[in-house]
Amino acid sequence: MGSHGGFYQSKEFLDLVKSIGECRSKAEEDRIVLNEIETLKRRISEPDIPKRKMKEYIIRLVYVEMLGHDASFGYIHAVKMTHDDNLLVKRTGYLAVTLFLNEDHDLIILIVNTIQKDLKSDNYLVVCAALNAVCRLINEETIPAVLPQVVELLGHSKEAVRKKAVMALHRFYQRSPSSVSHLVSNFRKKLCDNDPGVMGATLCPLFDLITIDVNSYKDLVSSFVSILKQVTERRLPKTYDYHQMPAPFIQVKLLKILALLGSGDKHASESMYTVVGDLFRKCDSSSNIGNAVLYECICCVSCIYPNPKLLEAATDVISRFLKSDSHNLKYMGIDALGRLIKTNPEIAEQHQLAVIDCLEDSDDTLKRKTFELLYKMTKSSNVEVIVDRMIDYMISINDNHFKTEIASRCVELAEQFAPSNQWFIQTMNKVFEHAGDRVNIKVAHNLMRLIAEGFGEDDDTADSQLRSSAVESYLHILSEPKLPSVFLQVICWVLGEYGTADGKFSASYITGKLCDIAEAYSNDETMKAYAVTALMKVYAFEMVAGRRVDMLPECQSLIEELLVSHSTDLQQRAYELQAVIGLDAHAVECIMPSDASCEDIEVDKGLSFLNTYVQESLAKGAQPYIPESERSGMLNVSSSQNQYHHEASTHGLRFEAYELPKPVVQSRIPPTALASSSELVPVPEPLYSRESQQVASVTSVSDAGSSELKLRLDGVQKKWGRPTYPSPITTTTSNTTTQNTTNGVTQVDNLKTRDTYDSRKTPVEVCSEKQKLAASLFGGTSKTEKRPSSGGHRISKTAYASKSSDDISSVKAALVQPPPVQPPPDLLDLGESTATSSAPPVVDPFKQLEGLLDSAQDNSAVNYGATAAAKGPDIMSLYAETAAGMETSGIAYSTPTNRDDLLSGLSNPSTRSVPGGTTVTQPVQFSKGPNPKDSLEKDAMVRQMGVNPSSQNPNLFKDLLG
Amino acid sequence: MIRFILLQNRQGKTRLAKYYVPLEDSEKHKVEYEVHRLVVNRDPKFTNFVEFRTHKVIYRRYAGLFFSLCVDITDNELVYLESIHLFVEILDHFFSNVCELDLVFNFHKVYLILDEFILAGELQETSKKAIIERMGELEKLE
Repeated sequence: MGSHGGFYQSKEFLDLVKSIGECRSKAEEDRIVLNEIETLKRRISEPDIPKRKMKEYIIRLVYVEMLGHDASFGYIHAVKMTHDDNLLVKRTGYLAVTLFLNEDHDLIILIVNTIQKDLKSDNYLVVCAALNAVCRLINEETIPAVLPQVVELLGHSKEAVRKKAVMALHRFYQRSPSSVSHLVSNFRKKLCDNDPGVMGATLCPLFDLITIDVNSYKDLVSSFVSILKQVTERRLPKTYDYHQMPAPFIQVKLLKILALLGSGDKHASESMYTVVGDLFRKCDSSSNIGNAVLYECICCVSCIYPNPKLLEAATDVISRFLKSDSHNLKYMGIDALGRLIKTNPEIAEQHQLAVIDCLEDSDDTLKRKTFELLYKMTKSSNVEVIVDRMIDYMISINDNHFKTEIASRCVELAEQFAPSNQWFIQTMNKVFEHAGDRVNIKVAHNLMRLIAEGFGEDDDTADSQLRSSAVESYLHILSEPKLPSVFLQVICWVLGEYGTADGKFSASYITGKLCDIAEAYSNDETMKAYAVTALMKVYAFEMVAGRRVDMLPECQSLIEELLVSHSTDLQQRAYELQAVIGLDAHAVECIMPSDASCEDIEVDKGLSFLNTYVQESLAKGAQPYIPESERSGMLNVSSSQNQYHHEASTHGLRFEAYELPKPVVQSRIPPTALASSSELVPVPEPLYSRESQQVASVTSVSDAGSSELKLRLDGVQKKWGRPTYPSPITTTTSNTTTQNTTNGVTQVDNLKTRDTYDSRKTPVEVCSEKQKLAASLFGGTSKTEKRPSSGGHRISKTAYASKSSDDISSVKAALVQPPPVQPPPDLLDLGESTATSSAPPVVDPFKQLEGLLDSAQDNSAVNYGATAAAKGPDIMSLYAETAAGMETSGIAYSTPTNRDDLLSGLSNPSTRSVPGGTTVTQPVQFSKGPNPKDSLEKDAMVRQMGVNPSSQNPNLFKDLLG
Repeated sequence: MIRFILLQNRQGKTRLAKYYVPLEDSEKHKVEYEVHRLVVNRDPKFTNFVEFRTHKVIYRRYAGLFFSLCVDITDNELVYLESIHLFVEILDHFFSNVCELDLVFNFHKVYLILDEFILAGELQETSKKAIIERMGELEKLE
């Protein structure tokens, strides 16, 4: 294996690697590594270690760390090593620190000095090593220390240094844009560097800069276009070619930049049309890299000012992608379709069947991409099918992250395109049922708001229909054994507000159901709170309606249980319920107005309704109120009073005083200045002390807060600035005024959450039987807006399929077309699994570089094959594998080249089992590439080392590429 | 931008791991475990792309080794797929028919090659020849 991969490390290290390689279990591996760590700890701190030894220790540390163990004891030695004069040792030091340390590690400060020195070195290899470290280790604070030198290096004579300096500067820009903002003009200059590598590297920072500020770089459009033109005309050195494409990686970066510059700019775009058009023609669509460039062209075309010809070319490429056998290409095609669909909504229709194939593919990545496309093309005519599909998919997957995403997309689409209220509610029910715990709580609030408000139309009948259907569906769903609590909260709220509204269900039926919920989820306090509040509403509405309230026995027992609950919140609700039931109908109507959850509540911040009362008190000689600001020195005198005016949380210490039992607190109230005037004013006082108690001791209580609390959320705080103010009214003082306020608060908040929701956008979904699916997805051109919903999408699907003859014919036409199965030999996926995917048999650049001759290779390879055969069964069987792999590629291509064999090695499991004996006669020679002698040596060496392919990893010797 | 690059064998043993964004050690182990699980059992017919948290992993299998790149969601998948191949071609050239064992014993050199190829999460040099020459200069010093 020549000078390159020589095993010049010590036997010890090789043994380590070997023993790790042969481990049968993780435990065994850990034991070996821990042993190694002990050894290294001991050795590394010995005095006078030869440099070469030290270098090896550091590499062993890297190895230990790579296996997932902590080698931090050796970091300092790696840092020391960067100070060394010997370049190789220094490089190893830099390599180790870049792998060990993050930019905020304490040891970095010890390296900065060395880096500064090395950046000035005469040896460009030292400078390069230091620049590598700069890119990884320099943080915002240390940028100024190295910045001047890095800038200076932009003009270094070696292109390798200039290139790394550009990347370092780019890194600084990402870390801290302000620190290098005065230097960005350097990037422009470097664009004209005469080394293509430096130019290519400069495109990275320029892309970032242009993303942020397009307008400052419009003048560069012509430069980028001309660079791209030169690249496509093969004016760059041959060494930048990759699989016969001229500098494709640079082309892609340029296209990305052009897309930014041309976006929404007709003039700039026009200058790009020619070169992009040329690219469409020139790209080799049979190689992965060619398709990568084509895909980037499509992205560019979809961003810049539209040009019909380019769009057409893009559409052609997309159909080729979609018809390909390669999943990768299909994926790219679907993605590209999603981009073009903005400018050209019809193009999806041409590919409906291909899209549906992708949707039904077993490859999840492809499927998700397709869902994304459907999301983009949802409109009111296909929303039902698409959302239906999405929900099915959502139910089928386990990945929580994606489940959440799909659920929120369903919600968005349903909110935006829902054809009917019933459909909307049914859809939301499904989403909640299957992903309720993953849905943002705001979605639930939004749903409640929607049910309360209706769809914004001033049609009361429709609204009450919506509510009735919601109530009905919820009562039905309640029979399911286990429901997500968010969903149950919605159900409780709706049943409480509207359960009895249409008279279909009796109060006792609804309350019975609510009690069932409270019982079934008896360890969920939030749930019980929702249920109790709903009960209270139902009873209140009954009383207002003049009906007698007969509490069910189970309700009685539930309330009795809650009256002594450990949760103060539940207790309070239970007491409130009792109190409300004891009031007369008129008072109840004021407290619990029916269907008033959407009414705005005016909050009189100044408490002006108390003015007369205050005046009277003053006239009777009460002390006037002293504003808080004037009282600052009086803490000791009236601490309780102060506490009233501060947010509880700002006075941590005072909490303790108020943890005393309530009676004590209340007994203190009268003495305070404010409280002297009895009933009304003191109300907040116990409230606050309660709050502080909660905060200090029972945080869970506030979490588990009532339904009202949940709903209120942030809005309240914004409104009054005191988070605690609107909290549930104390049991003892629940009078009408305060109760109303609570209600109001709820509603205000409802509105808030709703607003945030409305601003959201919509997603799309997929369908079933292909044709019907296609028809319902692509066919219905939004003519059929609202259908009578209740039956739902199933019916509608068929309806769509058979509805318009246009649709049908288009589907048929699509069917008649040859199935998108045999595209022109799309040999795109080089890497994957088969020899056929390898690159076209052209001259291998490696060979050119090495000056290796095919014929020589043949001969030596034959020899080599013989030798291998003689070597013994071990090796033979090994080679048999490669040989077999080779054979397949040999069939595929008449001239197997080095690269072929690299690629076929990617793995054809079936060929592995070919018996060694037979394969020796195969054209073994090709399988070992340009330097069989090296390979042989390598294998001999390995055998000598005693490293054998274990059953665990039979691939150890296998050429990666062949 | 490339977030990290991983080389793992089928058993999930890390052969090389380079991170271009700062991560805690525990997080790195988790990432390595999850990426391996994501790619190891995928049908070879499937796409070489997998969603990974808020990014995507582009992977490619060579013999028993998986090369995985984690990139931004907006990046061009095929380009990174091909950059993996270019990297393997470079390794192949450097080691003359690279096999996993070469990488096992010479992982530090693989890191050095990688540093010439990718810097600060971006492809810095795409000319095979330039990289091989640079490595040659370093090798001469050994």
